[in-house]
Amino acid sequence: MRKELEKYFRANRLPHIWCPGCGHGIITGALMRAIDNLKLDKKNICIVSGIGCSSRAPGYLDFYTLHTTHGRGLAFATGIKFAKPDLKVIVVTGDGDCTAIGGNHFIHACRRNIDITTIVFNNNIYGMTSGQYSPMTPKGAYATTAPYGNIDRNFDLCKLADAAGATYVARSTVYHVPQLIKLMEKAIDHKGFSMVEVADICPTYFGRKNKLGSPVKMMEVLRDSAISIKAAEKLSKEELVGKIITGEFHNEIAPEYTEEYEKTIEKAQGGC
Amino acid sequence: MNNRVALTGNEAVAQAMKQINPDVVAAYPITPQTEIVQFFSNFVNNGQVDTEFVAVESEHSAMSAAVGAASAGARTMTATSSQGLALMFEVVYIASAMRLPIVFPVANRALSGPINIHCDHSDAMGLTNSGVIQLFSENAQEAYDNMIQAVRIAEHPDVLLPVMVNLDGFITSHALDILEVLDDETVKNFVGIYNPEEFLLDVKNPISMGNLDMYDFYFEHRRQQVAAMEAAKKVIEDVGKEFEKVSGRPYGLIETYKLDDADMAVVLLNSAAGSAKGVVDELRAKGMKVGVLKPRAFRPFPFEEISTALKGVKAVAVLDRAETFSTLGGPMFADVRAALYDLKNDIKVINYVYGLGGRDLRLEDVEQVFNELDEIVKSGKTDKVVNYLGLRE
Repeated sequence: MRKELEKYFRANRLPHIWCPGCGHGIITGALMRAIDNLKLDKKNICIVSGIGCSSRAPGYLDFYTLHTTHGRGLAFATGIKFAKPDLKVIVVTGDGDCTAIGGNHFIHACRRNIDITTIVFNNNIYGMTSGQYSPMTPKGAYATTAPYGNIDRNFDLCKLADAAGATYVARSTVYHVPQLIKLMEKAIDHKGFSMVEVADICPTYFGRKNKLGSPVKMMEVLRDSAISIKAAEKLSKEELVGKIITGEFHNEIAPEYTEEYEKTIEKAQGGC
Repeated sequence: MNNRVALTGNEAVAQAMKQINPDVVAAYPITPQTEIVQFFSNFVNNGQVDTEFVAVESEHSAMSAAVGAASAGARTMTATSSQGLALMFEVVYIASAMRLPIVFPVANRALSGPINIHCDHSDAMGLTNSGVIQLFSENAQEAYDNMIQAVRIAEHPDVLLPVMVNLDGFITSHALDILEVLDDETVKNFVGIYNPEEFLLDVKNPISMGNLDMYDFYFEHRRQQVAAMEAAKKVIEDVGKEFEKVSGRPYGLIETYKLDDADMAVVLLNSAAGSAKGVVDELRAKGMKVGVLKPRAFRPFPFEEISTALKGVKAVAVLDRAETFSTLGGPMFADVRAALYDLKNDIKVINYVYGLGGRDLRLEDVEQVFNELDEIVKSGKTDKVVNYLGLRE
């Protein structure tokens, strides 16, 4: 780690609990680099999490941090943003936390276009409770609760966020770190609800259950299966199977929720 | 034919579920319960049970799916811990009010916050007023036995209430223990076939469930739940006696240990009772007349049995692994003290809150409690009613 990044970490809380080969450290590192590149004052940032492996990240980060309940990071964060609209509020969450137990909060945060940045650590599985399938486990993949292959269809989270009303939607992977940092910077800088889905690796559970080999091997798969939105447009549905489409899916400026709320207050109190 | 095996508490519960072979299990992973449904899902996948296993997206959905399945007439189970139970809260009340005999093990764990994954009884104690029957288990054997009996208790026509089977998170759920399991046929015959009287999928007799129930009948229906809880006391005892016939292990509403001639007693739930029994043996060897009372049922609360069991003692300490924030100690303390009130015989009753968030209860702690009771008996004075055991202050 670069010396100048040390100030973002609670050194006395390290080492972290993540397994060897886990991608969560890369995402956390990328987030700190994005914040550093944007030259933001860490006193103006609040990082919120729910429950799960990814949600342990704020414990290691020297910001205002709030570790909450399973799936509710966005609900708590909404309260923070309302109370302190000037704060940069960042939610770190996992695929189970965000799309299963917290799915409802996610779609409504998107819909309202509240100015919160959500980073989804998508390792396709519940890691902390030892490998149950999540709504992001690909159909056919194996998990401790799907020993004969998962029959559920998985969410395309970027499509979901876009359809639900998020105004910044992007995806990258833990292999494509420079791109990931860039997308995180844009997401944090964005006014409105922004979501960056990060294709992550869980060698301990997803990797083992699906016989994907070493963490290095899993990283190589990310490298080889990621394609840009532009390249993906030229491929047929069949050719896109197994591909991870990366890049910026949606970026628009739309009325932000806490600002609209303030306007309503002014109006109700007799302003114009 | 009995079989001695080494299983963890979670494995023992899953084993009981396998032998019960429920129609539907709906669950969501949460530490330290996850293994129960994990092991059980293997039985489903290996074709060892006929159960429909539903992996849902939250505990709220797990209990909701269980209510749906039970309403449809299925023998239904779920399992959870801590925050998961807290998230089920809304639906647990509905399950008991709809009189659905859902059986669900709970590996007891502290509630947030601060976030903590270790054992205490805050989760179960949060649902003491929900209308569910609560059984507690000292070890893997009792967790296994309670699961099997819970089905009969829940489904008894005089009861028809959900039954929560508690076992201590990690201490019991994850520790390897030696227990006797019954053979499949014995369990199958013991639990019998579930024939609900009224259920949604009975197409010849369509009914409506979960209806709006205003000031005209809500109160009466609530009173009926109380009547079911009252009836449950006898049913728990009867099922316990019947279970003894097939297992050789007696079960009632409470268990007493060396209490008959005791001057001093501790009252505690779950695994801590095992520690207390060990300390009682040591102190008895030194000539102290001490004993243990372990409620097996906490809801319904065995008021009469407890006052009868304790009427001869001079001083009692109730050990609670949960807080009420009433500022008068833990939840069991209030109930035990109320049970003793009508005896009017000046038993000194004190409370110790212990083991919150997984803080270990050491044998020395239990010994300290008995020594303090001894002081109270000798001096006839109680200095502090509510105490905190093993706490840094």
